[in-house]
Amino acid sequence: MNQRLVEIGVGLFVVAGLAALLVLALQVSGLAELRQGAGYHVTAKFENVGSLREQAPVSMAGVRIGRVEAIELDPTSHRATVRMRIKARYDSIPADSTAAIYTAGLLGEQYVGIQPGWENEHLGDGDRVTDTQSAMVLERLLGQFLTNIQE
Amino acid sequence: MTAVEQGEPLAAVRGLHFRRGGRSIFDGVDMTIRRGQVTAIMGPSGSGKTTLLRLLGGQLHPHGGTVEVMGQEVPALGRRALYRLRQQMGILFQSGALFTHLSVFENVAFPVREHTDLPEALLETLVLLKLEAVGLRGARDLMPSELSGGMARRVAMARAIALDPVLVMYDEPFAGQDPITMGVLVDLIRRLNDILGLSSVVVSHDVHETLAIADHVYLLADGALIAEGSPAELQASADPSVRQFLDARPDGPVPFHYPAPELAEDLAGRRRP
Amino acid sequence: MTELLRRVGARTLEGLRGVGEAVLLVARILRAAPVVALRPRLLIEQLYAVGVQSMVIILVSALFIGMVLGLQGYYTLSDFGAIEAVGTMVALSLVRELGPVVTALLFAGRAGSSLTAEVGLMKATEQLSSMEMMAVDPERRILAPRFFAALLAVPLLTAVFSVIGILGGYLVTVGMIGIDGGPFWSNMQNAVTIRGDILNGVIKSVAFGFLAGWIALHKGYMAEPTSSGVSRATTLGVVHASLAVLGLDFLLTALMFE
Repeated sequence: MNQRLVEIGVGLFVVAGLAALLVLALQVSGLAELRQGAGYHVTAKFENVGSLREQAPVSMAGVRIGRVEAIELDPTSHRATVRMRIKARYDSIPADSTAAIYTAGLLGEQYVGIQPGWENEHLGDGDRVTDTQSAMVLERLLGQFLTNIQE
Repeated sequence: MTAVEQGEPLAAVRGLHFRRGGRSIFDGVDMTIRRGQVTAIMGPSGSGKTTLLRLLGGQLHPHGGTVEVMGQEVPALGRRALYRLRQQMGILFQSGALFTHLSVFENVAFPVREHTDLPEALLETLVLLKLEAVGLRGARDLMPSELSGGMARRVAMARAIALDPVLVMYDEPFAGQDPITMGVLVDLIRRLNDILGLSSVVVSHDVHETLAIADHVYLLADGALIAEGSPAELQASADPSVRQFLDARPDGPVPFHYPAPELAEDLAGRRRP
Repeated sequence: MTELLRRVGARTLEGLRGVGEAVLLVARILRAAPVVALRPRLLIEQLYAVGVQSMVIILVSALFIGMVLGLQGYYTLSDFGAIEAVGTMVALSLVRELGPVVTALLFAGRAGSSLTAEVGLMKATEQLSSMEMMAVDPERRILAPRFFAALLAVPLLTAVFSVIGILGGYLVTVGMIGIDGGPFWSNMQNAVTIRGDILNGVIKSVAFGFLAGWIALHKGYMAEPTSSGVSRATTLGVVHASLAVLGLDFLLTALMFE
């Protein structure tokens, strides 16, 4: 076997393998979307985020406008701080909008939905959405339902 | 080369004991291999001739006695020292043991590439010279599978002498070859030994060919040395064991039968349920 | 009864000896890493043999497995009205499990068996022995480049397998059945994470490459130097490597995905 052909073959193989890894990272896990467009950060505090995960979509009127970047527990208030990155072109979200955690379908993934408010001020980088509604936790709903019946 | 240098011991085995699977292969063997000579080690199959080569090369360790090559005690050597010593030894295995995935040229070039940093042009010259010495320069591009048995052994010879070793060992170089090839190999071993100033050890059971080229012969049987001397001395020997081997008699002091209980006893025993 | 006990004991000891021998062998091979690094040509030759020559079987298998996944996913998920999740299902199955595992199994069958046979034959024909007598250490010259080639090739083959598999799923569900391509990708991108899924898949594939190369070479190197010994070693090599891959996969999955 010609040494040159062997080297070309191995070169192709390694490049194909690395390219495949890149595709997995960018196209399959959707890192690419995160990278493109600078966007800005908005935080919101929730009583309970349920099973919301990092990378979950943030949508408004059913249109995806960003992603959840980080979920952390605020050590003082014991509430969950959710940091979201909103795409740069959606820069006119009213400052008094509310954020809620919904479930896609009956058993689907959880996502953050934003309901627009009425103010003329817009959310900017580092701003906080103050009005939030937690994820619905089935046990808690059932519990409330039962106590309501007993009363 | 002066006569004194000629006879100087190069390797020596003293009181060698070696066992395999409970069977004693060597039971107190003494042997000396002298510089510049062709030393033949002969004996029937199974007398441990190949084992002896592996002991000299440090691939096996003796259970007793000493194995000394070029002033070094082989079994006591560390890996590094052993590998340095082996660079001065060439060995030709019975099968030739050519690397099947490399061409004839690359086979001979292999030890040179592994141990030196010669520029390609010099390496080519060296390899072609070695191939010329065994008369196979024209076969340089063939693969081992395209060679006849005799050619494969000659290539292996070229490979064994590629690094200009001090000691070359041949394991059954004539086994299974046609008479013409045997003649070629006999001639080659002697010529390479004399022209390149090597010392050779030939392990063989081919009486005629081996006696033709050896300076000194050791005859092994049943783990012990039964005779030694020059080919002429051996030929003149009246010892029945020596005669049996040299004259190719089927039975004699070296028994035709593998050790077993008496036949009648064995057959009777088998009839028992 | 004592005879039975003795036989079980002997078997156990023999098994332990084999494990110890294999561990010592791989330790010596790992220590030869600098030797291989100094001679990249040896590694390139082996990457060609175990990597490039495994590409066709990997590509074809990946395409079909991806297509089957897409089809099955579609049938199952359409009952729940969750066809949009088919991309997620295909991608997660491939990236987390099928990519690393099936690639490793195919590798053990295609490249591992040929490694075992090659090394076993080199041993049987005294090539390794004569190499040793030429003061060349076969563990460094023959085993080490092959081991590191396997270690590198399996993760690369796995990545190719996963991507082609996802493409196969896409072809069937979006191309042939005609579901919408948008949610196929977007749901997949929402669900698949870099650290949780893709990185863990890569870690698995590296571990499997290690295992497949190690077992194949050990079986060949320790094969009985006869033709029947080599053929037995080749069979055992594939069987043991496959079982080891599946067993390790369970362990890793349990550790990684809680």
